[in-house]
Amino acid sequence: MALDSNNKRVFKVVGTRPPRPDGIEKVTGRALYGADVSAPGMLVGRILRSPHAHAAILSIDTSAAEALAGVKAVITAQDFAVQDDSALRDVQENCMARGKVLYDGHAVAAVAALTPAIAKAALKLIKVTYKALPHVTDVDVAMRPDAPVVQAGRSFENVPAGMAENVTSQCEFGHGDLAAGFAAAALIVERSFTTAAVHQGYIEPQACLASMTADGKADLWCCTQGQYHVRALCAALLGMEASQLRVTASEIGGGFGGKTTVFIEPVALALSRKSGKPVKIVMTRDEVFKATGPTVSSSIDVKIGMTKDGRITAGEAHLRYSGGAFHCGTIDMGAQAAFAAYDLQAVRTLGWNVLTNRPKEVAYRAPGAPQAIYAVESVVDELCQKLGLDPLDVRLKNAARKGTKSSYGPTFDDIGLMATLEAAKAHPHYTAPLAPGQGRGLSAGFWFNFGGNTCVSLNINTDGTVGITEGNPDIGGSRAAISQMAAEELGIPYEKVRTIIADTSSLGHNDITDGSRVTFAVGLATIKAAQDAIQKMCARVATLWEIDAEAVVWEDGCAKPSGPNAGQFPPMTLAEIAAISFNTGGPIAGHHEFNADGAGVSFGVHLVDVEVDRETGATKVLRYTVFQDAGKAVHPSYVEGQMQGGAVQGIGWALNEEYIYGEDGRLQNAGFLDYRVPVASDLPNIETVILEIPNPGHPYGVRGVGETPIVPPLAALSNAVSRAIGLRMNRLPMSPPRILAALSAKR
Amino acid sequence: MKTIHVATEVNGDNVEFVCAPDESLLDVLRNRLGLTGVKEGCGTGDCGACSVTLNGRLVCSCLVLGAEVEGATIGTIEGMARADVLHPLQQSFIDHAALQCGICTPGILVAAKALLDKNPDPTDTELRYWLAGNLCRCTGYDKIIHAVQDAAKKMRTV
Amino acid sequence: MRYAKPNTAAEASALLRQETGITRILAGGTDVMVQLKAGLVEPDLIVDIKHIGGLRDITPEAGGFRIGAAVSGAELGAHAGVVGLWPGVVEGFELIGSTQVQGRATMAGNLCNGSPAADSVPGLVAANAVARICGPSGERDCPIQDIPVAPGRISLAKGEFITSILLPGRPERSGDAYLRFIPRTEMDIAVAAAAVSLTLDKAGKVVAARVVLGAVAPTVKLVGPAADAILGTSLDDAALAALAAACSAACSPIDDKRGTIVFRTEVAGVLAKRAALIAYKRAGGQK
Repeated sequence: MALDSNNKRVFKVVGTRPPRPDGIEKVTGRALYGADVSAPGMLVGRILRSPHAHAAILSIDTSAAEALAGVKAVITAQDFAVQDDSALRDVQENCMARGKVLYDGHAVAAVAALTPAIAKAALKLIKVTYKALPHVTDVDVAMRPDAPVVQAGRSFENVPAGMAENVTSQCEFGHGDLAAGFAAAALIVERSFTTAAVHQGYIEPQACLASMTADGKADLWCCTQGQYHVRALCAALLGMEASQLRVTASEIGGGFGGKTTVFIEPVALALSRKSGKPVKIVMTRDEVFKATGPTVSSSIDVKIGMTKDGRITAGEAHLRYSGGAFHCGTIDMGAQAAFAAYDLQAVRTLGWNVLTNRPKEVAYRAPGAPQAIYAVESVVDELCQKLGLDPLDVRLKNAARKGTKSSYGPTFDDIGLMATLEAAKAHPHYTAPLAPGQGRGLSAGFWFNFGGNTCVSLNINTDGTVGITEGNPDIGGSRAAISQMAAEELGIPYEKVRTIIADTSSLGHNDITDGSRVTFAVGLATIKAAQDAIQKMCARVATLWEIDAEAVVWEDGCAKPSGPNAGQFPPMTLAEIAAISFNTGGPIAGHHEFNADGAGVSFGVHLVDVEVDRETGATKVLRYTVFQDAGKAVHPSYVEGQMQGGAVQGIGWALNEEYIYGEDGRLQNAGFLDYRVPVASDLPNIETVILEIPNPGHPYGVRGVGETPIVPPLAALSNAVSRAIGLRMNRLPMSPPRILAALSAKR
Repeated sequence: MKTIHVATEVNGDNVEFVCAPDESLLDVLRNRLGLTGVKEGCGTGDCGACSVTLNGRLVCSCLVLGAEVEGATIGTIEGMARADVLHPLQQSFIDHAALQCGICTPGILVAAKALLDKNPDPTDTELRYWLAGNLCRCTGYDKIIHAVQDAAKKMRTV
Repeated sequence: MRYAKPNTAAEASALLRQETGITRILAGGTDVMVQLKAGLVEPDLIVDIKHIGGLRDITPEAGGFRIGAAVSGAELGAHAGVVGLWPGVVEGFELIGSTQVQGRATMAGNLCNGSPAADSVPGLVAANAVARICGPSGERDCPIQDIPVAPGRISLAKGEFITSILLPGRPERSGDAYLRFIPRTEMDIAVAAAAVSLTLDKAGKVVAARVVLGAVAPTVKLVGPAADAILGTSLDDAALAALAAACSAACSPIDDKRGTIVFRTEVAGVLAKRAALIAYKRAGGQK
């Protein structure tokens, strides 16, 4: 067995493209998503939301709503205990405002009623008296000393005195002598950039069904990226013990990070507790935009120095992120990721998180990295233009590689950036001719990737098939990839394996499906669980053969005698061992539980050609190619799918998507009509090139692939547009009015 | 509100239901007839997840009143496969990995079938414009386009 | 809320007139259903006009076509006669929403929604189209341009509703076109829009023209000076520049989430220029 070795191994199942196990259910409409689960006697839950961006709640009178026939429960923040832990307090107050509403759409009360019509009528009967307060939605405005204070007293100790009270945290990364670096530069470019808050835009609104009984036991079905995290948060908010709350993750209709916390789940549980009935809450699209988490908005200054031949001498960035009305740590990841693609002698990033009257930020695919890398890659491109250098050559010259001390601290092991850049340079796209009015942009991108707490059970069924129980909702085909890795390790066909996702009572803790961790960490746990089962099967066979367990090896799905016993006994297949398991010691299962380390960072490079209509400012994406290191692509179709989907989300971010606030601080575009995600006719095919530079931290070399692809598109598009129109763009989205305004200013 | 009795045909079966006058066909299909393959992504005709055919015409069921469909013929994703034999589009979506989360898939399949029924050999551009009202946030549409074109090709040669 | 589906126009008018509460007419429902969902309106009575005889018909009349008020975009787009005579009107209507929305949406509904950005209205006004209105005192005809009054408001009285729209016949060597600007390629509301209808003489000079802008004023805007700018020309560069300038001068738009005043003003002229060239080509003009 090629266990834990980086030798190139020949795979039989890994690297193939079998059909996904949930495919037929999903193409026939049978798959059950969050809103598709019902319970007998269930009530309809609805939430009353703030019409103000910022206001004190003077009083809430629910009596008329409670008196309405068919209303079974009404709750407010009073129905939740005050949390001591500040993170839990934020979660609770985001689910149900206490004392103040902090953004347009902030929940203030909820009802459970017999029908949607009654619930709607009941919401209208709840009387909330507000005192409007000054609001702030822009990150730079919120940093001014005289800005309205969103929440007082929330700053960490490391925030320097004199900064605005909305600044909650400061972070700093880097190394080397910046002054010396800039002094050595032939050219220094310093620019400022802004990016708007954007939403994950999953097509399935949040939905859940909660059922709590009088003895305090509860079941919760919901669409989430992490049922264990939902359990932890809900149990804490409702004062329950974890064992009494079973959370089952439904099929999930998209998450991209946005379904990694709770919004309606604690509310549904509280309504169920109060009404004594199951309660279902399904968010409307309007609620999703207003009250779930978009990503941070940002304002970033970048300064980079370069020699005439394209060597970067120093890089510095100041980053200001706002994740809405509560503290968020996304700034740290942005400040770490900004210069990760470069091997630098002198680099420094300084970041601040700032409170604004906007919904609480939730992760969105590589949270924090796209904004920071957009700013850095834009300045690098401008330096290349001004110095007359090829942008790919410059990136190759400065690329981080094995042994590079990264801009955020650790020293890189085997990484795929050089290979990815070289693949881009060799691709016909890079040298294809461009017509007048067209521009080509490129950008590198990076994501850390995570491992984390993981637990997998692998059961050998007596008919020779295998059942895997894992605990991470499948958002991109992970059940197929996990089945493939089990089949590979056990030496049996893919079709013999079925992977299911456990509820919280059926398996030990698993971290959220996030950080591009599932194929890596759950895959690794699955391989180790398979090895555990193999060891047990070998032991059973050794007893049968009356030889030492160590003298039995596992090859091609069979136990075989080895060493001096080689050839003495005919190999026994997994199915043969399974069939007699009841007579050899009972059922056979493998387990593995660990906190996975060694996820292995991931780099990508995107190339894009655009054409800009100089009379209207409209940008058309003509050609797009994604190059990315996957370590080892377990199911290449799903790796391509991640690369394509991430690229298109990035295209939307770059060109049209944004949260638009009015003077009143209210969200102007809480719907898919005016929150403009890319539609099919906006796009060309998205070409993909998968590189495989094995991750030393995984026996098959797997790296996470899900998040990196959303990082490069922002700068790739901005660089392409800037080159097409001969003007540097520095604000996202590059909506047509902004491009036309830039062109007009030049004229 | 007084409920309305409606008799209609869904996926070839005669069905009857009562609904409130302001209840959408989407809510009727999901909540009264149990056809939860029809998805709600927005409720305002912007995402296409609730696509069905109404008297052979592709529509968003969220933009139709339940009360309107008396005597109509409705087709949903649940009626696309014949018993256990998938429609070529359904098979093609699995073969080409044209779905990730799958929430938009029922609507896109119903919409794609409506196109191929009237135009068996669309160009990529025609297909992309036809499907512009069906949002997909996972795939970037690339594999969807390939899957529909491959199914169309197979359907033309049958 | 009550739902009614009358079989005659008179019955529908009577229902609308007699209802003391809020009424809404349901044809394609693509606006009304959205308003219901958003809670913008809670009607007491919805009158479904699709079962009224003739409202789903397209009938030749006086060299043109009478389009029933319940004819959907998909139905109109499949009618070779209308597409041949008024391609700009049809393309404007067909730009509204998705394929799914086209399966239901109607021109009369788009008109009566009262949006300044309604895609089918500039083309109808450019075409000199006329709405037939049924009301308490019988039928009357009204030019399309007199129907929108302000954003969300139209000139129809209580009990009145549109039963059909007449697209008139037109001389030889005529053509029309509609262009709008949206940030994406589909699914957006127009940020600025222009419709041009023109007739050429044998020499290719414009002898009649109507230029109409959308989304740049409280209602669609018929721009006389823009038409004057191209009359007697073969759409040479100077004429096109004058057309664009006249259009931009006629704009009184707003800044909002979809576009800025500056953007709308400039792009309206660009679109008018481009639409004029398409209409010119459709009229048989050679460039």
